[in-house]
Amino acid sequence: MIEVDGAGRSFTVTRRKGLLRREREVVHAVSDLSFQIAAGEFVGYLGPNGAGKSTTIKMLTGILAPSAGRIRVAGLDPSRRRTALARHIGVVFGQRTTLWWDLPLKDSFTLIRHLYKVDQVRHRERLAELSDVLELGPFLDKPVRQLSLGQRMRGDIAAALLHDPPVLILDEPTIGLDVVSKAAVREFLRGVNAERGTTVLLTTHDLGDIERLCRRVMLIDHGRLTFDGTLDALRATVPEETSIEDVVTRLYTRTAEPR
Amino acid sequence: MGEALGLARSYVLLAATWVRAAAQYPLSMAMLTIGSFVVTCLDAAAIVVIFVHTETLGGFSLPEVMFLYGTAGVSFALADMLFGNVDKLGQHVRAGTFDTMLIRPVSPFVQMAVDRFAFQRVGRVLQAAIVLAVALARLHVPWQRAWMIPVMVLCGIVLFTAMWTLGGALQFLLTEAPEIANAFTYGGGQLTQYPLSVYGGELVRAVTFIVPLAFVNWQPALYVLDRPDPFGLPYWLRFAGPVAAVTLACAAGWAWRAGLRRYRSTGS
Amino acid sequence: MFGFRRHAVYRAAAFAGAFTNTIFGVLRAYVLIALWHARPGLAGYDVADAVTFCFLTQAFIGPMQVFGGSLDLAARVRTGDVALDLLRPASLQLWTMADDLGRAAYLVIVRSVPPMLIGAALFGVRTPAHAAGWAVFLTSTALGVVVSFGLRYLLAMATCWIVDDRGLQQMSLVMTTFFSGMMLPLILLPGWFGTLTRALPWAAMVQVPADVYLGKTDVLEALAFQATWAAVLLAAGALVTRSARRKVVIQGG
Repeated sequence: MIEVDGAGRSFTVTRRKGLLRREREVVHAVSDLSFQIAAGEFVGYLGPNGAGKSTTIKMLTGILAPSAGRIRVAGLDPSRRRTALARHIGVVFGQRTTLWWDLPLKDSFTLIRHLYKVDQVRHRERLAELSDVLELGPFLDKPVRQLSLGQRMRGDIAAALLHDPPVLILDEPTIGLDVVSKAAVREFLRGVNAERGTTVLLTTHDLGDIERLCRRVMLIDHGRLTFDGTLDALRATVPEETSIEDVVTRLYTRTAEPR
Repeated sequence: MGEALGLARSYVLLAATWVRAAAQYPLSMAMLTIGSFVVTCLDAAAIVVIFVHTETLGGFSLPEVMFLYGTAGVSFALADMLFGNVDKLGQHVRAGTFDTMLIRPVSPFVQMAVDRFAFQRVGRVLQAAIVLAVALARLHVPWQRAWMIPVMVLCGIVLFTAMWTLGGALQFLLTEAPEIANAFTYGGGQLTQYPLSVYGGELVRAVTFIVPLAFVNWQPALYVLDRPDPFGLPYWLRFAGPVAAVTLACAAGWAWRAGLRRYRSTGS
Repeated sequence: MFGFRRHAVYRAAAFAGAFTNTIFGVLRAYVLIALWHARPGLAGYDVADAVTFCFLTQAFIGPMQVFGGSLDLAARVRTGDVALDLLRPASLQLWTMADDLGRAAYLVIVRSVPPMLIGAALFGVRTPAHAAGWAVFLTSTALGVVVSFGLRYLLAMATCWIVDDRGLQQMSLVMTTFFSGMMLPLILLPGWFGTLTRALPWAAMVQVPADVYLGKTDVLEALAFQATWAAVLLAAGALVTRSARRKVVIQGG
C-alpha cells in the first residue's frame, strides 16, 4: 500500500552571518528512507521531535516533494498525483484541525463532501455510521471552535474517513487528549483497521498508542530509519528491560549520541 | 475545459455551503450586506463632493467619472467577492491551514478563493452597478459603442483576479508581508475610480504597459465615450483589453504554479 | 523562535502598511491636485496644502488606526478573558491606553515617516515653519491618538453587551474614514453638513491635526477641541468600564 524506496528530503537553509554575509547550508531532514507497508497493516512511526516524522508524513501525502528516491502510496506517486491520491488517503493532523473553525461540525462535513465529490446518499450513510461509532451526535451542530479537544479530534477523524479511503495517516492523533478520549480514539482506530481493513500509519509520542494498536513499529532518528519490526522484536533488542518506555528511551538516547 | 467546469462546480457547491451557514443568522447577514453597501458609497460620495466644487475633473464630467467608477467598481467588487481571499495565502501558510488544503482533491487556489465565502460583499457589487446605471442613464451611449461595456467589465474581472493571484503568489516568497499585495489590488481599485488623466504620464504608461490596469476601464471607456486619449497613446489600445487580460491571467497562473512548486520543495 | 517570528511578522506588516499608505497617498494626491488645478485656492488651501494634507492623512492611518484596527482588548472581550482584566487592581482603561500610545509612537516612526518623505520627494510637501510648530503638531497628533483610542475602547467594550460586533465595527469604519477627513478634507464638505462634521470627534483624528500642521487654524482652539473630545470619550469609557465590572462581578463572567 505504501512503498518508500531510498526517499530523501534536504533543505537549503540560509543563515545570516553578520549584516550582509549569509551562509547556505544543506540540511537533510530525511535521508535514504526505505520501507513498505502492506494493505491492512497498522504501523506506528516513532521518533524524537525533529527526527523527520513530519517530513515523512508530508512526503507521503504529497504536500512535500521528495528530493531523492521513489514513493508510492496506493500505487500513486504523491508528489505528481497529489489530487488523485487525496481520494485514496485520509489524513489527520493532531496539532491542528482540518475542519473549519467557525462552522458547525456538520457544515464542515458538507464542505468535505463537496471537496471529495461524494454523492449525498453515500455521504449520509457514512456520516451516520461514523457519528454512531464516534458519538458525534451531541455536537454536530456546534461550531468547531467550541468543541473540546477530544470532540474535535473525533470530528477530525470522521472527516478523514468520510470518503472511505483505504489508507489512513495520522500525525499525533492522541496528543493532548484525556484518558477517556484517548481510549475512545484508540478503540475506534483499532476497529477501522480490523473491520474495514484500512491501512493505518500513525506517528505518536504516546507509547500507549503503540502498545495497544501497532503490530509493527518503525523508529526514525536524525532522518534515518533506525528500527523496523514488531513490538516484540523491539523489546527483544534490550531483553532485560521491562517497560516499552525504557526500551524507546534507550533507543532514542543511543541514536542521539554524536556519530 | 472539463477540468475548469469541474472546478467551477466545486466552487459553487462550496460557496453555497458557506452561504447556507451564514444564512443561519439572517439579521447579521443583512446588516453586513447593507454595511458593505454603505462603505463603498463613501467613495462615490467623495466623487460627488469633488464635483460640488468643479464641473470637470481631469477633463471628464461627473457622469463620465461615474461611468469609470461604476465599470471598475463592478469588476473589482465581483473579483474581490469571488477570488479576493487568495491574498490570505500568507495567513494560511503561517497557520498551517495551507497544508490541509494540499491533502484535498481540489486545487488549493479554489479552496482558498472560496474559504469563508462572503455573500455580503454583493452589497459592493450592487452599489457599483447602481452608480453605473445612473451614469449610463445620463450619458446616452450609442448602441454601436455600448457593446464594449460588458466586454470591459469582464476583462476587468479577469485583470483584478489576476492581480489578486499575483499578490497571493508573491506570498509564497514573502509569507511575512501579506499587505504588500494590497497596495496593488486595492490600489488598483482606487486608481481606476478616477479618469487616468488626473495622474502623471509616467504612472499612466506604467499601468498601461507594465501592470495593465488601464484596460480595466480607461482605454475601453475612451472608446465608449468617444474621447481622444489625453496622453496620445495609439487608438487600437482601446480594443486591447482582452489581450491584456489574457496575458496578465497567464502570468498570474504561471506565478501561482511556480510559487506552489517552490512551497512544495521547501515546506515553508 | 515563535516570539521572533511574531515580531518579524509585525515588522513586515508595518513595512507593508507603510508601502500601501504611500501608494494610496500618491493616487489620492493626484486627484486632489486635479481638483485644486480646476479650483485654485479652494477652501483656503493651495495645491501644496492639499498635497500635504493628503500625505498627512496617510501618515495618520497607522498611529490613529483609522481603519479600525481594533485593540487586543476587543478579542479579549469576545473570548471573555476580559473578566480577568477587569478584576485586576490596575485600571483597565489606563493600562490599555498606555499600551495603545506606545504602539502609536512606534507606528509613527515606521508607518508615518515613510509616506511623508516619499510625498515630499515626489510632490513636495509643506513643513511647519518653526520648532514651535512641530511641537504643537506633535501635541495635536498625540491628542488625536487619545481620541482615536477613546472611540476604539468604547467599541471594544460594547462587545460586552452585544453578541455580534461585526456590524458595529463596520459602522465605525464608515464614520471614521469619512468623518475624520480621511476620504476628503472636511473643509470641502458644504454648508451645515460640513460644519457638523468638523464638530464631531472624528475630526479630531485627521482634519484638526492636519490643519494644525498646515497652520490653517487657531492652535489653542484646535487643541481645546481635541482635548474636550478626549476627556468626554475617556469619561464615557470609565463609566462603561465600571458597569462592565459590575456585570462581571454579578454574573461571574
